Order: sequence, then C-alpha cells, then structure tokens
Amino acid sequence: MKNEQLIQQQFQARMNEDELLNCMRCGFCLPTCPTYMESGFQESHSPRGRIALMKAVVDGLIEPDEDVERSLQLCLGCRACEPVCPSGVRYGHLLEEARDIIAQHKRYPWFVRLVRHVVFKQLFPHPKRMRMVTALIGVYQRSGLQTLVRKLGLLRVLPNHLAMMENVLPNVPTWKQMNERPTHIEAETKRKKRVAFFSGCLMDTMFMDINDATMKLLQLAGCDIVIPQAQTCCGALHGHSGEKADAKTLAKQNIEAFERLDVDYIVTNAGGCGAFLIEYDHLLKDDPIWAERAKSFVAKIKDVSVILVELGFHLEGWRLPEQIVTYQDSCHLRNVMKTANEPRLLLQSISGVEFREMKDADRCCGSAGIYNIIEPDMSMQVLDYKMAQVKQTKATTIVTANPGCLLQMKLGIEREGLTNVRAVHLVELLLEAVEATKEANEPMKQTG
Amino acid sequence: MITEQVKRQFIQIVGAQNYDDSKAGRLVYSYDATPNFQSLPDAVIAPRNTKEVSEIAKICNEHRIPIVPRGSGTNLCAGTCPTEGGIVIIFKHMNRILEIDEENLTVTVQPGVITLDLIQAVEAKGLFYPPDPSSMKISTIGGNINENSGGLRGLKYGVTRDYVMALEVVLANGDIIRTGGKLAKDVAGYDLTRLFVGSEGTLGIVTEATLKLIPMPETKKTMLALYEDLEAAARSVSAIIANKIIPTTLEFLDQPTLQVVESFVNIGLPTDVKAVLLIEQDGPKEVVERDMEAMARICREQHAISVQVAQTEEEANNLRTARRSALSALARLKPTTILEDATVPRSQIANMVKAINDIAKKYNVNICTFGHAGDGNLHPTCPTDVRDKDELHRVEQAFEDIFAKAIELGGTITGEHGVGVMKAPYLEWKLGKEGIAAMQAIKRALDPNNIMNPGKVFAKSTRKRVVMTR
Repeated sequence: MKNEQLIQQQFQARMNEDELLNCMRCGFCLPTCPTYMESGFQESHSPRGRIALMKAVVDGLIEPDEDVERSLQLCLGCRACEPVCPSGVRYGHLLEEARDIIAQHKRYPWFVRLVRHVVFKQLFPHPKRMRMVTALIGVYQRSGLQTLVRKLGLLRVLPNHLAMMENVLPNVPTWKQMNERPTHIEAETKRKKRVAFFSGCLMDTMFMDINDATMKLLQLAGCDIVIPQAQTCCGALHGHSGEKADAKTLAKQNIEAFERLDVDYIVTNAGGCGAFLIEYDHLLKDDPIWAERAKSFVAKIKDVSVILVELGFHLEGWRLPEQIVTYQDSCHLRNVMKTANEPRLLLQSISGVEFREMKDADRCCGSAGIYNIIEPDMSMQVLDYKMAQVKQTKATTIVTANPGCLLQMKLGIEREGLTNVRAVHLVELLLEAVEATKEANEPMKQTG
Repeated sequence: MITEQVKRQFIQIVGAQNYDDSKAGRLVYSYDATPNFQSLPDAVIAPRNTKEVSEIAKICNEHRIPIVPRGSGTNLCAGTCPTEGGIVIIFKHMNRILEIDEENLTVTVQPGVITLDLIQAVEAKGLFYPPDPSSMKISTIGGNINENSGGLRGLKYGVTRDYVMALEVVLANGDIIRTGGKLAKDVAGYDLTRLFVGSEGTLGIVTEATLKLIPMPETKKTMLALYEDLEAAARSVSAIIANKIIPTTLEFLDQPTLQVVESFVNIGLPTDVKAVLLIEQDGPKEVVERDMEAMARICREQHAISVQVAQTEEEANNLRTARRSALSALARLKPTTILEDATVPRSQIANMVKAINDIAKKYNVNICTFGHAGDGNLHPTCPTDVRDKDELHRVEQAFEDIFAKAIELGGTITGEHGVGVMKAPYLEWKLGKEGIAAMQAIKRALDPNNIMNPGKVFAKSTRKRVVMTR
C-alpha cells in the first residue's frame, strides 16, 4: 500500500502532463497495437487505455495497482501507435518514464532481482564480459556439449519457447575472433564519406558476422570507417526496463566516445539500438551539461540502409539466385528512426529477388527486447500471427534489420517447421548478393 | 451500484472472464473520444450472444442499472461515456460477419465487426458498402448504427442510415425484436429500423444488423481546386450540383486550416488562397471522365486559381493528403482539440464559414474549418487547452453562437457526430419543446425505467453546457 502511494507521488512529479493531455482519445492507435488486437480488443491493452491509466494515476482517480502495472508490462513498446497518432503523442517516452517509476519502487522476487542485476549492471555495460559469455556459448556449441544436451533431451526442463530459442542461436565467434576487432577500415572504392560504426554489445559478439557484413558493405560503398573502442552498450535494454539511471550513464559514455571523431555519420545496424541512440537528446534533456552534446550526437545517427541508399549502393546491379523475399520491419527502425523505404529499396534493387510485401509487415513480431522471454504467451501469439502473414507471401527468405527480430523470425520458422525458409539480416543478404555478383562476373572477365 | 448478488447473476450469465469490475478495467471504459468527459462505470460486461444480452437487460431493468452499449469509443459527443455509471456492454465476442448474400446484395453482421473489415470483406466480392466515417479503421458497425455515422462519401451515397435494412435489437425489458428484412419494399408497421439507427443506445441494444450493399464502382478520379475567395469555392459547389453532377466527395478546407496543414506537411499548398476543394467522382470510366472535365470547367468558370486532376493513384493520394492531414495538423497545435459538426444546407456554406470566422474573432479564439462541403457538413475545429479556463469558456460561447447560426441558416447542431451529452443542451434549439416532448414519449414507451444510456440526447436543462471533471 505504501509502495503504491510512493509510485503515485512519483507519477505526479515525473510524468509529462502535456504529453498525457495531448492524447485526445480518438483511438487511431487501436488497430496498430498488437496487444490490443491479440487480447481480443481489450482497451486496457491498448495505447489509449494505457495513457488513460497513467493519467488516472496522476489525477488520483485510481491507484497504481497490479492491473495498472500489468497493462504497462504487457506493452511490447513497439511504438507503432506513434506514427498514426494525430496529436503526435510520444507514447514511448511516457511508457519509459512510467516503467522506470514502477521498477524503482517495486519489490521484485529475489530471483528476478538477481537476473535484473546481472543483466543490467554486471553484463551488458561491460564489453569484455559480453565477449566472455559469448565465448562460453561458443564452447558449448563447439565442444559437442550442445549435441549431447540435445540428445539427452535436457532442454525439456526449459519452457518450450526457451528451448526453441537455444536452437536458433547463431553459431557464435571464438574468444580470439571477438578480441581482434578492427578500429579503422578504409574505403575499398573512392572515399565518399567518413563514418563511425556503432558496433553494439550483442552485435559485436553473438552477431559478429552481421557487423562484419555491415562494415564490408560500407567499405564497398565508399566509406572510411572508425570504430571507437570506448563505446559501450546503447542502454536500450535498461531504458525499456525501467533502469533509466544506468541508461544515462551508458549514453554519456557513448557520446564521449563518438563526439570528437570527425565523421559524417554514426552508423548503426540494429533498429533497437539505433532508435535508443537517436533519442539520447530526450534521455538527457534535463542535464544541462549533456543536453547539447546529446543533440549533436543524435544528429549523426543513421541506419546502414539509409547510408547505402544515399551512396547509390542500390544502383550497382547486384544479383542473386531467384528467390522470393519478404521484409519484416524492425519496429524501432520504422517507428522511431523513421526508416522503412530504404531496406525495401535495397532488396528490390537486387535482380533475382522477387520482393513480396507481407500483410502488416509494420506490425511487431513479438521479440521486443527481452519481451519474448518474460511474456512468452503474448509474444508467441504475436509471432503466430506474423508467421501466418509470412506464409501467405510464400517467401523463402525473411529479411530483418535488428538482431531481436532476426532471432524471433528464426524461432517462428522453427515453430512452424518451415524447412525451406531462412531468416537473415538485411546486410547478410546484401553481402550475399555482392559475392554472387562478383562470382558471376569472374569468368566473364577471364574470357573478355 | 451493483450489489454482490447482482454481480453473481451477471457472472452466471457471461462467465467470470467476461465480467470486469476492477478499477483499471473500469477506468479504460470511462471515456470516449470526446474531450473533457470521464465517468467510471460500475462494471464492464462482454456478452457472447443475443440471449446473454437479453438476460443482462432484464437484470438491469429490474435493478435500475444503466446500460451503455459501446463500440470502439471513437464518438465525439460523449455518447458512450457512462456519465451515470452502470454497466458498459462491449461486443468483443460478437464480432463476426455472419453472411454476405450476393443474390440479395446484403451483408449480415454482429455489432462488434470493425467497419473497415466489413468494407474489405464485401469489396473482395466486388461489392461496396459506402459509409466511410474517418474512424472506420477503428469504429464498429454497432457504433456506426447507433450514431448514424456519416463520412466522406455521404454526398453521393448517403450515410449509415441509408444502408441499414434490418436489425435485431434487445429492448430495455429484455425482449428481442427483429425489424425490417432483406426487402426493398416493406410497409408492415412503423419503420423501427430507422428509429433505432442514430438512437445512440438510448432505445435498445443492437445485436445484429443486415446492411445493404451496392456494386463496386469501376473507377475513381480525384482533383483539387484552389480559390482566392470563399464565395467562389462555395459557388463552385452549388454550380456543380446545379449542373446535375453528384460527385462522390466534395471536401472543403478554409484558409486557417490550410495554413496549419501546410506548416505541418509542407506539400506546397498556397497558404494565401482562401479555400480549397477536394473533388472525387467514381463510376463507369466514361462517366467519371466526363464529370471530371465538366467539374474542372465549372471550377475555372467560378474563378478557381488552379485546378489539378490527378493522373495516377499516387497523385490522387497526394491530393487527398491535404484533407486527411487536417485533423492531425490541428490536433498538434494545442493539447485539446474540440471538433464540431454544425451542418447547413449546401447553399449556405459560404455564409456559414464566414459566420464561423466572425464568431472566432468575436470571442478571440482560433477556429479552423474544414469538412464535407457537398453535404453542408462542416467541421469547425478549435485547438485549445482544457487547463485554460478562460479560453475554454470563450470557446464554449463561440460554439454556442455557431450552433445558433447553423439553425438560423436552416441547418442543424450536429450532422454526424450525434447529440450524446455534448450537444444535449442545444437539442431543443433545433427541435423545439414539442419536438423534444415527442421524442421523450418514444423514449419513455420503450425504456420506462430510463436504463438505456441515460443522460444522453435529452438534457436536464437547455443551453447550459455540462462539463464533467476538470
């Protein structure tokens, strides 16, 4: 009870009243909200409902009880409600603030506290530890232990979705590979831009291949690339889970790592990270020393697809063996970074690719950070809808632009037993096209 | 108030999972899209079929518990705000399209079907359901029927009322009645179908509807005409109709709206023009082309400074952007957006728009007007802030003047948004004492205990505006 009063006071002190009032309750957000649709049109699981609940707590109409908390926790945070909002309410900011207040006052069970502490404080902010954990996964995968565990059926102790997730993890790089990362790469063609690369924590360990592909493409497109060593995790995971203070610390570290580099852009290849980086100005808006620095940082953030299109990468006649390709938007890339056309343009430019738009490609796949682990039921329901749309397109390649989405799509393929379908990151397919095109051109050069 | 015993009865009917009286559960059904109205229901109930609705009504009638049937809560007259508590009935289980009858050209639906889903389902069969309220992606058919929703295609195709052929309704005493049928002709008794359409849930609960469909028009074309004076735009509207052309869409934006829209979307609209008309025609290709040419000529004759006909669907979409962005652009100006729908005979459009601009000046408030010029249905919209009590008071006075002016010009206080609580105080201005009395007699006959959406349509006192909460 006392806790509820504290939370209520914090709501009154910290929630942005203008933003809450800006919601005119027109309901335009309802059909874009995956949890509203999947919960059978339940208003408490819609953006309009959640804003009404937050406002009611501020107004003292209701207490922040378990139902209120449940409503806020079940939100995917995909922010699909923002582009359709006539009033331009920044729902994501409201949600983040509310979750932060609740998390700071909540007494979680001891094991949840332990997991949160390990993940948020001991693991993600420390690149070296991230590498170590990934290396351990590598040992598990390569030593034959994985095969043994699977053969003995030991994964049955895990909930079904977690067991499947183990199955779709990529083959991770070795400790040595992770510790030999480049810090500077020169353009392969005439230099057109100088960019800094945000390598990310998961992307530079578990998804190292995607980072390599990204840099290769930038190189081909004419970019000199700097990869500052002082950079760290973007803090998105913290920000979305109510650990705002930690997110701010990470943000400052990143700004410091990038601000003195003389670059045209800071490139990201994960929609989730990019969207959080691009809102550092909001995160640090009340900090007099950092607000301005955050603004200049934010102005340089661009997704790799945007830069490739700007540099005319899609005009170079890349080819792939014939295949049907569909694209699953990364919610944060689309709704926050406002990047939706460029990935499609790049895919459509490859000859041999038949691009088929799936219905509701802009609807969340249910990955949503760690949502698929903590809210498996809703996540799997959202994923099932997504896979039904994928199947309609008859695509054999599903392209995504964010690691979480990529894993989720792999999980979807696994759940549906679609043996002839694969999921890849956009840059992986583009690099494949580059290699296929070069190979096809080789013999021509020899005969010519 | 719902006693424990009554609660048990409800749960027995619908099951515990379909009865919600939690604080949060009630709060999210305490509002609709109308600014400044909020009131908690005592419970929210999701019945699974007509029989359950009937049993709920019987209990409510016995215990005098108000019933508010609710669709998606997008209405703009506080029609689904449970101002007197009671139960809110939602139709999330009753949301199926039951039948598309291609021989009789009808579709039969449950009330919870989303309007756009219905439109797409019939269009897949080459059929057309024309009513297209701006909220059609969200709104339900049940809500459309109760509010008699209009839309952009109203001029040529009419409104929801013109497509409802038959209804199944649960009355306040729990009786289930069926009105109308799949019939082009039917004079068996009073036309109760029309009575229930637009009754805002005050007479009964619609549990099923059969709607009329028409064949899908073959083609559609779009154009935009710009004007340096308001009269010229209004004259164009009249001249088009006088030339015996009924376009599908004839939308209007005034200068204050244009300025706001342009600063929002930057699509190169000339902000020095006084008015813009967006005109669309659909039908057989030859007819559409002939009409578009004739309308372009008429607009030029009436001194339109520019007429653009879209050559591709993409261009057409761009032209529609101006009109579509109007609400977004206005809503971003200030936290509160008050959107009204005073309606006049189309011959009076220019007078009405001029009057609105004068009234806005008189009360020193910002009112932008856009809307459906073809059917005289205007949307004077005021961006304001509920926290600014002084301005809010002036806004209310301005809208009172606008309602009065609309009636003076032979119009009405609401063309498509409904009366609800919002405009109840002004209803007598339009209907007169006797008109209200006649309507109240109907209400009393069908709902003697006043449990069906009480507090709506009929105000406790005329002319005094009710503002709930802050």
